Amino acid sequence: MTPHMLTRSLDRGATIFLLAVAALGVLIPLSNLLLPAGSFFQVPTYLVALWGKYVCYAILALSIDLIWGYCGILSLGHGAFFALGGYAMGMYLMRQIGTRGVYGNPILPDFMVFLNYSKLPWYWHGFDMFWFAALMVLFAPGLLAFCFGWLAFRSRVTGVYLSIITQAMTYALLLAFFRNDFGFGGNNGMTDFKDILGFNVQAEGTRGALFMLSCLGLIVSFLICRAVVSSKLGKVLIAIRDAESRSRFLGYRVESYKLFVFTLSACMAGVAGALYVPQVGIINPSEFAPGNSIEAVIWVAVGGRGTLVGAALGAIVVNYAKTFFTSGVLAPYWLFMLGALFILVTLLLPKGIVGTFNAWREASREKRPVAASAAAEDGVTEPKMAE
Amino acid sequence: MPTNLSARLCTFVLSLFLIAFALPAFAGPFEDAVAKFANDDYSDTDEAIGVVASSGNKLAFPIISALQDGRLMADPDSKKVYVTGTDGKSIDAATGEPVASVPDSASAVRLNNRLRRSVDAALGSLTLQSPDLGARLQAAQSVFKSHEETALEPVEGALAKETNKSVKTALGDARAAILLFKSDATEVQKLEAVATIKARGDQEALALLSDIGTDQPPSVAKAAASAISSIQSSLAVWSSVQNAWYGLSLGSVLLLAAIGLAITFGVMGVINMAHGEMVMIGAYTTFVVQEVIRTRYPALFDYSLLIAVPLAFLVAGAIGVLIERSIIRFLYGRPLETLLATWGLSLVLQQAVRTMFGPTNREVGNPSWMSGAFDLGQITITYNRLWILVFTLAVFMILLAMLRYTALGLEMRAVTQNRRMAASMGIATSRVDALTFGLGSGIAGIAGVALSQIDNVSPNLGQSYIIDSFMVVVFGGVGNLWGTLVGAFTLGIANKFLEPVAGAVLGKIAILVLIILFIQKRPRGLFALKGRAVEA
Repeated sequence: MTPHMLTRSLDRGATIFLLAVAALGVLIPLSNLLLPAGSFFQVPTYLVALWGKYVCYAILALSIDLIWGYCGILSLGHGAFFALGGYAMGMYLMRQIGTRGVYGNPILPDFMVFLNYSKLPWYWHGFDMFWFAALMVLFAPGLLAFCFGWLAFRSRVTGVYLSIITQAMTYALLLAFFRNDFGFGGNNGMTDFKDILGFNVQAEGTRGALFMLSCLGLIVSFLICRAVVSSKLGKVLIAIRDAESRSRFLGYRVESYKLFVFTLSACMAGVAGALYVPQVGIINPSEFAPGNSIEAVIWVAVGGRGTLVGAALGAIVVNYAKTFFTSGVLAPYWLFMLGALFILVTLLLPKGIVGTFNAWREASREKRPVAASAAAEDGVTEPKMAE
Repeated sequence: MPTNLSARLCTFVLSLFLIAFALPAFAGPFEDAVAKFANDDYSDTDEAIGVVASSGNKLAFPIISALQDGRLMADPDSKKVYVTGTDGKSIDAATGEPVASVPDSASAVRLNNRLRRSVDAALGSLTLQSPDLGARLQAAQSVFKSHEETALEPVEGALAKETNKSVKTALGDARAAILLFKSDATEVQKLEAVATIKARGDQEALALLSDIGTDQPPSVAKAAASAISSIQSSLAVWSSVQNAWYGLSLGSVLLLAAIGLAITFGVMGVINMAHGEMVMIGAYTTFVVQEVIRTRYPALFDYSLLIAVPLAFLVAGAIGVLIERSIIRFLYGRPLETLLATWGLSLVLQQAVRTMFGPTNREVGNPSWMSGAFDLGQITITYNRLWILVFTLAVFMILLAMLRYTALGLEMRAVTQNRRMAASMGIATSRVDALTFGLGSGIAGIAGVALSQIDNVSPNLGQSYIIDSFMVVVFGGVGNLWGTLVGAFTLGIANKFLEPVAGAVLGKIAILVLIILFIQKRPRGLFALKGRAVEA
């Protein structure tokens, strides 16, 4: 199990994964747009939006895997960064509605007219410009993660304590965003979007483009994560994950490394949220619910913690299963299944699907040369092989 | 009591007299007035109300209140009037003798709006002398609020006869309120009135004093102003006391929810996200116990909680042991995995309860000794909150004593402090693990019994407590029961003092943010364990 072989095998997996995502990203929208409706190979529009959602979840899973799988930080509040990115995009989309809202106010979104706002709150300024909103998609979650991480990592809050306070963070945000006077639409959130960059968000073409963009986002996030974890920085992160105190004693500024990767991960989650909102057409405070964040963690655990491909695949597999089971007669049993998934994966499959697969392949690859040499000699080594 | 009894005896003897001698012989003014109800004429009815109300006859109150409710039946042919009781039995209005049935020709005496007002006024002064203590008190309170001049005479009359102390005070307050607003009352009377109302010292007294207007003599206005400021400052003190009480009450709920977690998380280091579901199971155990009692042994309802407490402990504890043996023991030393697995478990338990009992809230009743409230100065203390506080402290003390003095407690502490050493000394560590986890879960179940009294019993019951409980344990310091106690009450009181300033939701957010900041400062909580165990 030399490092060389490990990286090469991962590389091959990564290449296949990237090619598959790219192919899906091109083929699904094209089949939706070009083939006649009802044709066997035509992907219906609702499926494009659904898979677009899965791809966004995959980006979120990647961002969680980056910190949990490679740096040992279990965040139970990553849904908050996802939702913040989503809200930033939602604010842009709200401003794009303009006079087409129910109340026809050119500046104020409908809910503000309804709540008797006389003018736009200061933090809503600038969101009529896409570049500003896009910047905020990165900046808002990034800033929160930076402040939170700076406080937490500096005072060496680790392990379950960190998990619990990240959960408290997203819970506090949930309560805050539920309030009407917070200026983000209260418990209804934001919906009824019309345009994005001048294109109708409901149009099939726009949906296809958004799907392509989501796949592109997944590819770029994947490449960034790859670059981080395979660099020297990534080695330090893994060292921190495995022995934090020792890394600190060796002279590494543990808190700076953690802060960097935590902030990067939050920005990535924000991008996922921003891509998610125009495709599902709504953003509301329930995205901050602590349950959502924990569910995202289980995607990573199912796919394989510490394997980037696994995290993305886990998100897609679990969410596909969720859609499949919650839409049929099995709906009442979905929570049983999800709960059992949590328990069984942690008990029986701690490396996740991809991690277990990798380990199995490594093992069989190591066996092969042994088997060859054993065959060359005599049957003496046979019992050893069985071990 | 003796005065009450003798008074009753007197009335009884008196009424015997009345029935035996007076009534059949004469038709006095009272009987004449009662007969007027049968004329079906509004002005006659009005006159009758006045005479009956001022007659002092003990039938006056039942007659007028029956008139108000449309239960006063009059027979136009025989000119007889009957009072139909709310229990369906009827009496002759003039004599008070029970009658077998009201004749079919009788119909309810009609009222118009003007008459309704006189009925209300008559009832107001009549209830001031009603035999029911609660009714008298209420009548006095309502006179205090309305302070109509016409009520002065009945109030003074009632005040002269009243024997009960609290009703007497209320009547005195009512009299003072009337005098204060009476234009022709003397200055001395008004000053006395201000003093009386000041002594009352509550929100209503404040409202009354702020309402007296500008046409008062200067000395009265001055006295009123100083009374207002003194009431305000005393009310401010009372509102702090009230907040502190609410805080203690919330703190006891938090402590109750967190105390089991302090065992599993604090002592064993196991992150049990399904802890809230153990609380929920306790609450549902209470529900089942009450259902059985309701259908089989309704007389035992007041004991339902006493029965539910040990049962909830056993049910939740047994489930806890089962969880420890089947899941958690494979995950020792992997806290993050434990967290995920127990979260999954919480989903399964919630859904199981939802399947068995339905997704809606279940009705859990308060036994009689837990409902109601009493006043302490200017604050109201409800019995259920008080009992929960007492119960919580009792559970805490028992737990503390158990850890300190029993063999199991000793073993638990030994395993926590040094597992391998404890094992070498012959302690069956895995058995102790299972029992400790069962104990923590069982206490959560007991918490569920108490919380079922103040919260909705639904499958989501546990979810609403889990984050708060973790906050309490983390804030108080892991591995320290006293820390949990201090943490719970600190958070409860801080929350309730923030609430009036910032609002309920913002207050809660502020508390969460403060805890997050606090953990930065003291990552191991208020009362941190020191030494090598910390890093392990």
